Amino acid sequence: MSRHLTGSQIVCEALLKEGVSVIFGIPGGAILPLYGVLSQYPDLRHILVRHEQGAAHAADGYARSTGTVGVAFATSGPGSTNLITGLATAMMDSVPMVAITGQVGRAAIGTDAFQETDITGATMPVTKHNYLVMRADDLGRTVHEAFHIARTGRPGPVLIDIPKDVFIEMGNYDPDEPIDLPGYKVPGKADEAQVDAAAKLINESERPVILAGHGVVLSRSFDELREFAEKAQIPVITTLLGISSFPENHVLSTGFPGMHGMAYASLALDQADLIINFGSRFDDRIVGDAKRFSVGSKKIHVDIDPAEINKMITVEAPVVGNIKDVFGQLIPKVNKTTHVEWLQHIEHLKAEHPSLRIPETDRLMGQHVVKALSDVTKGQAIITTGVGQHQMWAAQHYQFTNANSWLSSGGLGTMGYEVPSAIGAQVGNPDRLVWSICGDGGFQMTLMELATAVENNLPVKYAILNNNHLGMITQWQAMFYEGDYQAETYTGNPDFVKLAEAYGIKGLRATTQDELEGVIREANAHDGPVVIDFVIEKVDDVYPMIPAGQSVEELIEDPN
Amino acid sequence: MAPEGNRNGTFQRTIAALVLDRPGVLARIAGLFRRRGFNIASLAVGRSERPGLSRMTFVVEGPEEVVRHVAAQLDRLIDVVEVRDITEQNIVWRELALIKVKANAGERGEILELANIFRVNVIDIGVESLTMEISGGRQKIDSLIELLRKFGLEEVIRTGRVATLRGTLIEGEKDGLFQSDASRSTYTLPTPTDESGAV
Ligand SMILES: Cc1ncc(C[n+]2csc(CCOP(=O)(O)OP(=O)(O)O)c2C)c(N)n1
Ligand SMILES: [Mg+2]
Repeated sequence: MSRHLTGSQIVCEALLKEGVSVIFGIPGGAILPLYGVLSQYPDLRHILVRHEQGAAHAADGYARSTGTVGVAFATSGPGSTNLITGLATAMMDSVPMVAITGQVGRAAIGTDAFQETDITGATMPVTKHNYLVMRADDLGRTVHEAFHIARTGRPGPVLIDIPKDVFIEMGNYDPDEPIDLPGYKVPGKADEAQVDAAAKLINESERPVILAGHGVVLSRSFDELREFAEKAQIPVITTLLGISSFPENHVLSTGFPGMHGMAYASLALDQADLIINFGSRFDDRIVGDAKRFSVGSKKIHVDIDPAEINKMITVEAPVVGNIKDVFGQLIPKVNKTTHVEWLQHIEHLKAEHPSLRIPETDRLMGQHVVKALSDVTKGQAIITTGVGQHQMWAAQHYQFTNANSWLSSGGLGTMGYEVPSAIGAQVGNPDRLVWSICGDGGFQMTLMELATAVENNLPVKYAILNNNHLGMITQWQAMFYEGDYQAETYTGNPDFVKLAEAYGIKGLRATTQDELEGVIREANAHDGPVVIDFVIEKVDDVYPMIPAGQSVEELIEDPN
Repeated sequence: MAPEGNRNGTFQRTIAALVLDRPGVLARIAGLFRRRGFNIASLAVGRSERPGLSRMTFVVEGPEEVVRHVAAQLDRLIDVVEVRDITEQNIVWRELALIKVKANAGERGEILELANIFRVNVIDIGVESLTMEISGGRQKIDSLIELLRKFGLEEVIRTGRVATLRGTLIEGEKDGLFQSDASRSTYTLPTPTDESGAV
């Protein structure tokens, strides 16, 4: 039944119908009419952030950790442009999000009016789709289309730009009006012939490996992945974003490969006779030199996005479909086998190439911190990270035993993701322990959101791996620029404990290995947010490493 | 004229798309091409037989590995309803050109004679020039332009190509010019005359 409402009310009604309960945002002139009706909708909880980038990353963290669509609000002009890094982050990692931005009034569009930005133009390359809605009558349907696009198929961010006067205009909202997207196809089950071809390759292979990507996480196919791997006894390598799609204490778990992945994982990919890729886009950080990537193997690529097939790597058996559906089709067709010899060989690779050795030293290293966190939390926490050395150490040394617990900007590599994404994850998972593993660099890009954690009493634990450096930059300058260090040292970092205290947050510090367990337990026991300054060794490199564009032949396991 | 196809490692594809008739659609498509470094060699857009939908035909150029994926990339756009890479299909296509050529009284007869042979319409006759309208394959148009050059071309305005799949199963008039890997094809590159029917 159609109802006559203001544009703002239509937006809120449609958000409720989509099951939205949390919005991250900041108001401004053009979106004030929407904020003006929020008090009528107490079931829409609005969390006021400190910067719109924080709103986008929090919505992203909420979305990744809950599997639902994250929502962000921002005003026109600078509010909307501040969202862009967050939208691009979500786009690269296929995270379902809807951003609603205010726009200047219809009559002012195109006149360089105060706080006018062509945000649909600006965000075209970093959204799955976007809309500029010029009539209140179109708002309801557009919101429903946006959510449908964001969450189905290969998920992604959708932006809806709404002129100020469209929020105020009266329009009709019919919640049952069908969405109208003739150009939008959502793959479900795969073509049976493709599945048969894949099953045949799997049943014939002697040295198969699974490469589990973000698609497994996004489609929540954790149980299916496990059932498949166990039935055919196939080792499971995850991509960086596939981490936590498979329990890392499982015998078949074989790490993650690529630039800073485990050497044994890269070697297993190289030596396999079949790679079964579930929902990974054969990213360049895994593939390196495409011409030399696992030349001896056949490849199956299961992906919901047909445009990913043969984009990086030409494959023998493409399977286009929703990963969850494809598992359902494939599992009955694969033989129950053991691959004893190959699994023994994998064990041998793991023993010969341990990859996770922590330098022997009395000093405190980033790896020690992550290892202690993993031990104390039994691998059960939700972990968010920034980008850099701490991110790689987190990926390597935290042993994830819970599904869907790893939030990291894999595609865009966005420093600053760590602080707000943890807020979103905690809002979405009030009963889970959320640790944010931060770089001292990334932390300072978005630390203003500590205030958001305080205001909303979110007990996020921030572990700063403080090396007073842009550590990953130091490492690259050492390796690829003859040690010509430029702009990688921070000499003016604040006292992070005092900083935390200034926000009214518990601040802790650890400078030795002995203190680790104590401070981590103390943080876990505290029922509010905590910031811990882990003062780690200034210069330390992440290994193993395959330099960009290279292959396993150039793998540097551990130069020390 | 020699058939093109591979120009310094650049390959062409002919793409036919059915898209929503909405503001911003062309910008999305153009953005995708720009990002991947495709050049748009020609583009034709117009309303289709279905209300609310437009048809577009583009010829795009780019590195081979990249340009092969153009249809899949386009299909990802929400506003693109249908898209086909018809490069290697059995298609017919046409382009339209308006050619304004200098024509003094002494040469007019010769020009009109040419127009007759090419079966083109003369749509405007002025004191010093005349304008003709030609439709056909690219090479037919190229040939006419070449022949008219000596009289003095004042203006040449060409549309992009429009293309459609043949309704018959008769082989032989594939878009061979844009075949990116001739060794993989089962037919040879056509000579100029069989490009799009007789001149
Ligand atoms: C927004 C942004 N700017 C710049 C970079 C380039 N970058 C990659 S890693 C890195 C250093 C990160 O330093 P920090 O957060 O302290 O982490 P560390 O490597 O020291 O653990 C930089 C500057 C980036 N990834 N993101
Ligand atoms: Mg650092």
